[in-house]
Amino acid sequence: MNTITLLLLTFILSVTGLFVFIWSLRHHLFDDNPAAANVIFSEGEIGKIEEPAATADQHRALQEAVDATHAPAADAARDARMAVELVQRVQADRSTAYVTFVFLACAVVWLIFASTAGLISSIKLHQPDFLTDYAWLTFGRIRTLHLNAVAYGWAPMAAFGIAIWTLPRLLKTELMGGRFAILGAMLWNAALIAGLGSIAAGFNDGLEWLEIPWQIDILFVIGGALIGLPLVFTLQNRKVKHLYVSIWYMGAALFWFPILFLVGNLPGVHFGVEQATMNWWFGHNVLGLFYTPVALASVYYFLPKIIGRPIQSYNLSLLGFWALAFFYGQVGGHHLVGGPVPSWLITLSIVQSMMMIVPVLAFSVNQHLTMRHHFKTLIYSPTLRFIVLGGMMYTLSSVQGSFEALRSINTVTHFTHFTVAHAHLGLYGFFSLVMFGAIYFVMPRVMSWEWPYPKLIALHFWLVVVGFGIYFIGLSIGGWLQGVAMLDASRSFMESVRVTIPYLEARSVGGAVMTLGHLVFAVHFVTMALRYGRKRVGPALFHKRSADPMATPVAVEA
Amino acid sequence: MENEYKLLSGAMVTLALATATLVVVPYMQLSDTHPSEGLKPYTSAQLRGRQQYIDNGCVYCHTQQPRAQSQAPDFKRGWGRAPVAGDYYYDHPHLLGTMRTGPDLLNIGARQPSADWNLGHLYQPRAYTPGSIMPSYPYLFEVKDKADKGDKVVNLPPGYAPVGQVVVARPEALDLVEYLLALDRTYPVKPPPEAAR
Repeated sequence: MNTITLLLLTFILSVTGLFVFIWSLRHHLFDDNPAAANVIFSEGEIGKIEEPAATADQHRALQEAVDATHAPAADAARDARMAVELVQRVQADRSTAYVTFVFLACAVVWLIFASTAGLISSIKLHQPDFLTDYAWLTFGRIRTLHLNAVAYGWAPMAAFGIAIWTLPRLLKTELMGGRFAILGAMLWNAALIAGLGSIAAGFNDGLEWLEIPWQIDILFVIGGALIGLPLVFTLQNRKVKHLYVSIWYMGAALFWFPILFLVGNLPGVHFGVEQATMNWWFGHNVLGLFYTPVALASVYYFLPKIIGRPIQSYNLSLLGFWALAFFYGQVGGHHLVGGPVPSWLITLSIVQSMMMIVPVLAFSVNQHLTMRHHFKTLIYSPTLRFIVLGGMMYTLSSVQGSFEALRSINTVTHFTHFTVAHAHLGLYGFFSLVMFGAIYFVMPRVMSWEWPYPKLIALHFWLVVVGFGIYFIGLSIGGWLQGVAMLDASRSFMESVRVTIPYLEARSVGGAVMTLGHLVFAVHFVTMALRYGRKRVGPALFHKRSADPMATPVAVEA
Repeated sequence: MENEYKLLSGAMVTLALATATLVVVPYMQLSDTHPSEGLKPYTSAQLRGRQQYIDNGCVYCHTQQPRAQSQAPDFKRGWGRAPVAGDYYYDHPHLLGTMRTGPDLLNIGARQPSADWNLGHLYQPRAYTPGSIMPSYPYLFEVKDKADKGDKVVNLPPGYAPVGQVVVARPEALDLVEYLLALDRTYPVKPPPEAAR
């Protein structure tokens, strides 16, 4: 391309950008807070916190922290109208309770399985003769079991569970056709068990992220479609005019994923190097176009709900959505920098990786401005701690990812543990933390029961934060040193192995602490499901409190 | 937005764009790839070995894509020249890999052409490379009191063979080594047109 064409293209692009800017001004897209941001609140609910995971004390302190920022206005007539809407929301919650419980329970089981497999793989990397006698326990298989149990077990089960619970609330209607979702969950889990079994037994399609044999994938597709049906029915029966931004993210993600999965698993189509580009188109889009949007949708819903304050700039969140949809889909080629693939493709992916900074900043700025003056709420809300920290990890992992795509940095980090640490920052630091927070919020509504031992929530939080801190920092340093050693022709390859050993050991320590945190979480989940623990304010808090127009934290105390 | 159809069609357009750039165009551009001159199709034993490579997850620690000399010292380490698309003509599924916990293997057959070395290394990597963190694969071998007729006995360095017994390679190990020895793309190729320009 010569200079004149480039200049001309730049000129056209800038003029188009200018027109888009003028158009967006005319459509008030730069207004701070359009009415749309308020659709998740009933009339008069703004300024009222919602935090089912908090104890009565935490609840009161949380409300006080929010009240401190602006005085609540009393209006009896408005409160009465609000009460009617809240009754409807309780009905929406009831309609999803059983389905959501099934998904979240499966998610917890897969989380424990995946953590165990991950921990074993981690130990094997510095104790190579640990558990080598059986084929299914060899590193190559147990590591793959870990990845698949996270990618097709914990992550989607949690994502579906949260999406199914949230969407009826956002659409102000009941969940339609929940039975399809239950059937879908059964098929999905059956497929996953079969898939993991075949990987363990050594039947494997041989592509990272797509290991499960395609014959089994058919079950996933049917199961996934059945899980999607109730969401479509519910959408058709919606009682709101405006679709809140969380619906955009969740809705798009639930349509994107089946297409990705179907194209990725088509047997007999992909070949040679082309298969590699497809492989990473899939591998990165599962993260970018499925897990990420679902977790972002959760942040955009739960964060404002908990602190009783609409997000700062609703339009910024919409900009973030379209930028993510456009840029994220094309970043996969950065997994093949320096590989035998067409170089235009790699350049394109690097450019789009850098462009991802746009939606990431849109989200981060928005989260920060929404939380501004409200950071004190983090002390009192167990849920919010997970969600806000998760949101910060999103910023961190995305910015890190953008820079890792650059050729100069990629050359050092690409084939090393640095990338593994980065992947965990995204899928664990961001996605999993947000899901933990969402589950802590959702489960009391699902079970009409409080979390029996609130201290365990704090314990879970600190275990996973400390464990993951050790994991991430250790592995990032180790990976970087490994990459530097590998690029130095005067050092033997074995040196790049030896230099990582202490950091791989640190990773096992961190991973063990994280797994311990997950066990605490799982035990708490089971005691919740069995309705253990003494009644403090009782389940009435969750359903009746909403129906009582005079419900204030003071009433909760009584 | 108030219209779910607009939302979904927008979302589908962006995904279609991504699919076009990362899947469809490479598909068209690469569909007339010819095998590199000097590249032979895999034999059936090598293909069985390749399946062992996949089933045991070798790809999670070993790449098969040496980097160009301008980017990294892979060539100096003896891992071979930068590959071209034609070098992977017979590879299905691709095994390019993303991780170098161990070295690149695209030319391991040229670097370690000894079947004995490869078998022994699979049985116990640390017998050959002190400090290696590659797992040992005892389940690909059998420990016997006496080798039977037709058994392939693995010659291990002193101190690593079980006392008074012999280690015999199972067919899986023999196939896998067949495949590893076939990994040899050291023949010369024309540079891809993009690099020549």
